Amino acid sequence: MRRPDAWLSWRLEPRLQPSRTWSLGAPVLALAITVVLGSLLFAALGKDPVRGLQMFFWEPLRSTYALGELMVKATPLLLIALGLSLCFRSNVWNIGAEGQFVIGAVCAGGVALTADRTTGAWILPALLLAGVAGGMAWAGITALLRDRFHANEILVSLMLVYVADMVLSYLVYGPWKDPAGFNFPQTRTFEKVAQIPRLWSGTRMHIGLLIALFGAALMWVYLFRSRAGFAQQVGGLAPAAARYAGYSSRRALWVALLVSGGTAGLAGALEVAGPIGQLTPYVPAGYGFAAIIVAFVGRLHPVGVVFSAVLLSMFYIGGELAQSRMGLPKSITGVFQGLLLFSLLACDTLINQRLKRTRSVSQPPAIHAPREAA
Amino acid sequence: MHRLELIRIRKAYPSVVANDDVSLRVAAGEIHAVLGENGAGKSTLMKIIYGATQPDAGTIHWNGQQVAVASPAQARRLGISMVYQHFSLFDTLTAAENVWLGLDRQSTLAEVTARIESVARQYGLDVEPDRPVHTLSVGERQRLEILRALLTDPQLLILDEPTSVLTPQAVERLFEVLRQLSAQGCSILYISHKLHEIRALCSACTVLRGGRVTGECDPRQETDASLSRLMIGAEPPRLAHAERKPGPVRLKVHHLKLPREDSFGTDLDIDALEVRAGEILGVAGVSGNGQAELLRALSGEDLRASAGSIHLMEQNISNMPPGERRDQGLRFIPEDRLGRATVPSMSLVHNLMLTQAPKGPWLPLKTLRERTAQVIGRFAVKASGPGAAARSLSGGNLQKFIVGREISAQPRLLIVSQPTWGVDVGAAARIHAEILALRDAGCAVLLVSEELDELFALSDRLVVMAQGRLSPPLPRGEASVETIGAWMSGLWSLDTTQSSRPNGPSRQPVEALNASA
Repeated sequence: MRRPDAWLSWRLEPRLQPSRTWSLGAPVLALAITVVLGSLLFAALGKDPVRGLQMFFWEPLRSTYALGELMVKATPLLLIALGLSLCFRSNVWNIGAEGQFVIGAVCAGGVALTADRTTGAWILPALLLAGVAGGMAWAGITALLRDRFHANEILVSLMLVYVADMVLSYLVYGPWKDPAGFNFPQTRTFEKVAQIPRLWSGTRMHIGLLIALFGAALMWVYLFRSRAGFAQQVGGLAPAAARYAGYSSRRALWVALLVSGGTAGLAGALEVAGPIGQLTPYVPAGYGFAAIIVAFVGRLHPVGVVFSAVLLSMFYIGGELAQSRMGLPKSITGVFQGLLLFSLLACDTLINQRLKRTRSVSQPPAIHAPREAA
Repeated sequence: MHRLELIRIRKAYPSVVANDDVSLRVAAGEIHAVLGENGAGKSTLMKIIYGATQPDAGTIHWNGQQVAVASPAQARRLGISMVYQHFSLFDTLTAAENVWLGLDRQSTLAEVTARIESVARQYGLDVEPDRPVHTLSVGERQRLEILRALLTDPQLLILDEPTSVLTPQAVERLFEVLRQLSAQGCSILYISHKLHEIRALCSACTVLRGGRVTGECDPRQETDASLSRLMIGAEPPRLAHAERKPGPVRLKVHHLKLPREDSFGTDLDIDALEVRAGEILGVAGVSGNGQAELLRALSGEDLRASAGSIHLMEQNISNMPPGERRDQGLRFIPEDRLGRATVPSMSLVHNLMLTQAPKGPWLPLKTLRERTAQVIGRFAVKASGPGAAARSLSGGNLQKFIVGREISAQPRLLIVSQPTWGVDVGAAARIHAEILALRDAGCAVLLVSEELDELFALSDRLVVMAQGRLSPPLPRGEASVETIGAWMSGLWSLDTTQSSRPNGPSRQPVEALNASA
């Protein structure tokens, strides 16, 4: 029987080689789809879509201060996404970068709080290293449980996010609360010497941006020019081939989690010692989760991640502006992030498949042949 | 009137025309062979008949009436059944439950069990319906697949490479069943590239090459050489296998016992295995009898071997990781080309790096690119260049690349498993010649294969693997297909007087137990 849709059906066909064009084109197409769906969303909410899009794609670029804010938010996203790119390339699914970010912030905050007026400049590298160590230790729990007990790293790392939030809350509501802070759940503001130097006066942009960009360069060299980085990726792409080559899968697991935990912890340290300047319950801003989207939109590539971190940072700022100027809920940021990831996953289909229009096959209707008497 | 008639079938895929102007006629009760190399278009043609894919052009006539077979379910309703090369059975279900799942009609498990038993009796296909599939041998699984096909009362049974996993004796049993079916009027389409089987079984033959029909003949009137000419356009080159005096022992395995890693594996229990420089030791046997486990222990992918059980040139390598074994001159070509021997999505340059990693922390991409280009050139690999992804190569070309990669590292011991699985005849001849040249240059070669033709053409000595154990070695001159076939069931102790195991291979001699303790 001819199917009624036979002459207009489209079909996905596997490609022989993954398409390079679509590997880069998919994020662009996904962004376009996000813009279209976002406009429809604004219209459905009774707002002017043009003004809505302006909040997201124009306002964050309009002034030096706005650009500075864009970079302030792009910095942690970039750092975390770099580590996650390595993780995902190694087929290790660390979903808990948010928790590693928080513990990194806590450890850095703990070091920063020891500083007084007489403390030297060494406190700055010390608190950054404490942040790295904290993030690594937190991710190390996941690595240990996966290595020893085959616990699923997705669940463990995600659950540890909530534990990390509790640790932070305990400290700021309890032992570390500022005695002169009118009982607000926050520590005292860090000493000047324990604050990250700004890059530009008049903005909040800080040297963390330079560290993150340097990290991107370092990650590129590791992934594409070093033997260790190559071995790491083979384990992610084809575990049997890694075993055949003799690359240790345990090593790959530990490296992936420690590196991504370390970058998330560093981002946390930069955040509390930079723009925030103290520990509060509002340190977790969702950067660790947004960085997952950053990593995928950036094709898990250190250079791509730089661009996608800026894009997701625009979504953050756009969401805040949409809230303050258009009276939209702040969760519009999350909606935009979700739309982008969702359309990207859909568009990624085109990397390994092509869309083809199937021709109609003119054939006579099928008949059930009468059975011959056996 | 023909049972099945295909007229001018054409089917094109984006990169290849799989079938071009193919016509085929099968009479009632005829056993009709479809002969061709891998990639000749046999599988596509069978998928079209079975409704798994639709032709771009051409018509199908079934018992004289033109039909369009839209789906396998419809094919079964017409009376067409197919047994695939790779079994589609659920390991954890019983034989009867597996059959029950595949039936379209409503019937209870008890009815299905009763029908299985009656059909099994009728054809001498003994299968116990209550046994879980994972406890069945490969031969039993295939009988179950055939039983399942027969329960639908087919008028046409399609068998895709049915003997690739069977011992020679099991092949003979299968042929008897097929002849009985044919005598009752069921037509059979028999797909194979094994010439002697087709000549023994079939009364008609359609030969495909490059998607086109290159000949129709009565295979009983043909010779292997004439069929081979139709299939590949030339006779396969003869291999020059000169006798050579083997050198010192390169690989020595002694009391290697390994319990299975998963419930569907095989326990390994090897008394002794020796491969000498300048000889090819062939390991025959039906796959799933411990070959995979042995190869993993030898390559270092499985490091559980007890200390002192594996020696490479007098050096104990039992617990050495794969990279270090490679440095000592042990090279291994596994049977899975994509995903184990290569990373499918990575370029050939990167795949060269898998086993030829240079020293130092950095990747010397320029040197590696040159070395990749050399392998491509020397082994006539058809690829768009060193940057081509491994999965973009055809099976034969990828295998030539892998063999070239390992041979160009000048191994002292080469372990190679199923070197010509799914490889076209030209590439297979090339790979065989390379392995022989390596042996002549003084390398020790351990060849694990299911193809007896390949083993007899290449090996100096043969051992048989069954149930995780190895038979004593036989010089090629003393080995026959019948002996090797019988040994594949683990029955070597009945034939050999020199065997130290008078009680058969299933029981462990006391001396060996004491020695390994």
